[in-house]
Amino acid sequence: MVAVLLAHEEAHATAQAAGFFAGNAWLIPALPFVAVGVIVFFGKRFRGKGAEVGIAATSISWLLSVIILVTRYVGGGGPVVLRSVRWFPLGRDLGLGLGMRLDGLTSIMFVVVTTVSLLVQIYSLGYMHGDRRYTWYYAALNIFTGSMLNLVIADNLMQLLIGWELVGICSYLLIGHWWEEKPNSDAAIKAFITTKTGDIPFLIGVFVLFAAARTFNITEIIHQVEDGNLSHVTLTAAAILLFGGAIGKSAQFPLHVWLPDAMAGPTPVSALIHAATMVTAGVFLVARLFPVFEASPQALNEVALIGAFTMLLAALLAMVQDDIKRVLAYSTVSQLAYMMAALGVGAGNAGIFHLFTHAWFKALLFLGAGSVIHAVHSNNMSEMGGLRKFMPHTYRTFLIGSVALAGIPPLAGFWSKDEILTEAFRVGARTIPAHGSPVVGSIVYGVGIVTAFLTAFYMSRAVHLTFQGEYRGHGRPHESPATMTGPLWVLAGLSLVAGFAGFPGWQKGFGAWVGVGGETRVPEAHLLLIAVSVVVALAGIGLGRALYARVPARDPLLRLGWFHTLLVNKYYLDEFYMRGIVRPIRDRVSAAIGTRKGGGILRYLQSGDVQRYAAALFAGVAILAFLFTKF
Amino acid sequence: MTGQEMAFLALGAIAAAGGVAVVTARNVVHGALFLVAVLAAIGALFLLLGAEFVGWVQILIYVGAIVVLLLFGLMLTKAPLGRGALDNQQRGIAAIVATGTFAMLTWLVWHAFGDERITFVRAVRTADIGNALFTSYVLPFEAVSVLLLAALVGAILLAKKD
Amino acid sequence: MSLAWVLTLGALLFSLGIYGVLARRNAVLVLMGIELMLNAVNVNLIAFDAWIRQGNATGQIFALFIITVAAAEVGVGLAIVLLVFRRRETINVDEVNLLKW
Repeated sequence: MVAVLLAHEEAHATAQAAGFFAGNAWLIPALPFVAVGVIVFFGKRFRGKGAEVGIAATSISWLLSVIILVTRYVGGGGPVVLRSVRWFPLGRDLGLGLGMRLDGLTSIMFVVVTTVSLLVQIYSLGYMHGDRRYTWYYAALNIFTGSMLNLVIADNLMQLLIGWELVGICSYLLIGHWWEEKPNSDAAIKAFITTKTGDIPFLIGVFVLFAAARTFNITEIIHQVEDGNLSHVTLTAAAILLFGGAIGKSAQFPLHVWLPDAMAGPTPVSALIHAATMVTAGVFLVARLFPVFEASPQALNEVALIGAFTMLLAALLAMVQDDIKRVLAYSTVSQLAYMMAALGVGAGNAGIFHLFTHAWFKALLFLGAGSVIHAVHSNNMSEMGGLRKFMPHTYRTFLIGSVALAGIPPLAGFWSKDEILTEAFRVGARTIPAHGSPVVGSIVYGVGIVTAFLTAFYMSRAVHLTFQGEYRGHGRPHESPATMTGPLWVLAGLSLVAGFAGFPGWQKGFGAWVGVGGETRVPEAHLLLIAVSVVVALAGIGLGRALYARVPARDPLLRLGWFHTLLVNKYYLDEFYMRGIVRPIRDRVSAAIGTRKGGGILRYLQSGDVQRYAAALFAGVAILAFLFTKF
Repeated sequence: MTGQEMAFLALGAIAAAGGVAVVTARNVVHGALFLVAVLAAIGALFLLLGAEFVGWVQILIYVGAIVVLLLFGLMLTKAPLGRGALDNQQRGIAAIVATGTFAMLTWLVWHAFGDERITFVRAVRTADIGNALFTSYVLPFEAVSVLLLAALVGAILLAKKD
Repeated sequence: MSLAWVLTLGALLFSLGIYGVLARRNAVLVLMGIELMLNAVNVNLIAFDAWIRQGNATGQIFALFIITVAAAEVGVGLAIVLLVFRRRETINVDEVNLLKW
């Protein structure tokens, strides 16, 4: 105890130079956890049933994050602030630390997480009003916020892993918030197990890195990678294993199947966890350990190709959904794939820039969808329509979000998406050196353009089906209260302006001080490339308008025939996983290794007679004690 | 052989014989009474070794409280009499394990401390114990008091008729 | 006086306690066996304390803690025994074996 405090003081002295706010950035993840304690024990006694505690704590964290971001930005980046305390020692030279690594990436993530969390908590005042587990809901949101911030600030892989698993369990708890209905708890379990499948290689990857570098500390690992102390084979293996975790968390093919089902949770949760923050943890992980990936072209190519494949796959699925939240879920998978692909072609800053802008407009779209669902009591777009008249605020903000996502300048999505496409194109054209293969760059560019078209199309379809035409549902929908439309307008404002953070050619631009990846390139604008992507986006919107402006009796996509059937059935992936993997393992493999027979014999050891257990225990202790003293 | 050694042998013999009687008694109440003899002999042994306070605590708490509690338990559960009713079927295994443990421990003890001797010095004063308890060991002391409280609450909760 | 004598007495009491715990059916007798084992530990602690005999009498303090823990253990143990007896009309340990396959 005393030792920890002393270590703390020592670290403090070195962090003093960084200034008060940057030096004490650990307060940002700590505050939501304090709020959790207060909410759990005293939440129900507050007038707001604990909600105000969570909002207050997150507000302070948000304020600190903004101050840190601004001071760092004004200072042109500034040094990486490192601080850590020894948590507990393991053996002679090993030990687990609890520390912070505050750089441009961390400050950006801080602002994204705290802003979305704060807005979602305010929004939930209206959306979750009268919910039976209202207080617990706020506690869970705050556990999530604290864990995600811990993941972001972590200076060592074990601390990162703790945050990683905690956000996973929060996701499980919140997807299953209304667990009384079977589909919801099924979705929660599916999300947990699917992401866990990716976590196993992730954990092994952490240990591979540890075995090679003899430390969990991210900064030291990166130093060793840059000094060339680690072999190429080790780094490739570690990067590919770590990417397994990112695939699970960020819902990339083949583990993307959990994210659409996760929409069973409350909509604000989808906005916070399954659009803006937790699902970006995989992207963050790759960005955080980018030097490890950069050292291995094979791993980078894998990241890029998985990204390219997933973005197209998911965008196609988003076209045929009727559930508005599922449209957005597949869209999220597709956009996360954009970020992955950007990292894969070596454009780390562009990927993080897209993460930054995507957080605003996707959270906006989810919250807007929540507002619509709140009004019409249905998730299905076939029961919506004409809501433009009833919900003007929701309509306008949703439209801003859609246009931002579709990539029309000057809204946020355009800048980041275009930067990714430009970088991919330049890698493909070999005008800039790349760690991965130039061919992969071309593939990413080509698929990215197609996906941009599809994105514009499905968002146009969603807007028309939801807000235009005649109302097809029951009752008379009404606009949501100010606690819900307020956050929508804030996010709409951010979606309008956030893109200028990465204005091409601006020396102090976004990428210059986030600094993911070794050399920082000032993004260039190529008018031809911009023209191509804008035309493609406009074409997508136009096609959506042509097909859905007047709601057709028969969905025009049905003309795609068998392909439509394939899409509606999600490429039969769920069926394949069930019949091809789960059942064979459950039935055949377990029969082959004799689980049943072996268990039938071994169970007789469990006689239930405690005295027989005790006899075995004492006999074992006596024999072991004898052996230990003898040898 | 000094007087202290003779006293130890006498007390040790009482304790050992009592211990054997406790685990083989055919009447549960007799078993409890033999336990009193063992515990009292051990308490006297503590006095002999200069641990006055612990010796009296041993007699007060064990003989005065714990054995009485065990007797209450016996009365409230109308235990039957006789070897078959009191012993289970694995007496042989139990004997082997116990003998093995005894052999191992004895071998270990003589192996490690065969030559060491306890030289007789003055008894530890109760004041010293109190001093140590409330300075160096105040944290474990508090922890144990919390444990006792928890056990008290737990025992009431378990045993009360609902 | 030889230290090993006292330790041997402790070992003997401990082994008798083990026998009691393993061979008795009646739960109260099992508790008695546990008391024997705890006392055997106390004998060792006091013996080592007398052997070292320095400063703050650590061995005696820990013997006191063990006596306290033993009191707590008997209290909870007997409560459980009474509860089992009320539910099942028996306190034979080998008949309370529901916790199996």
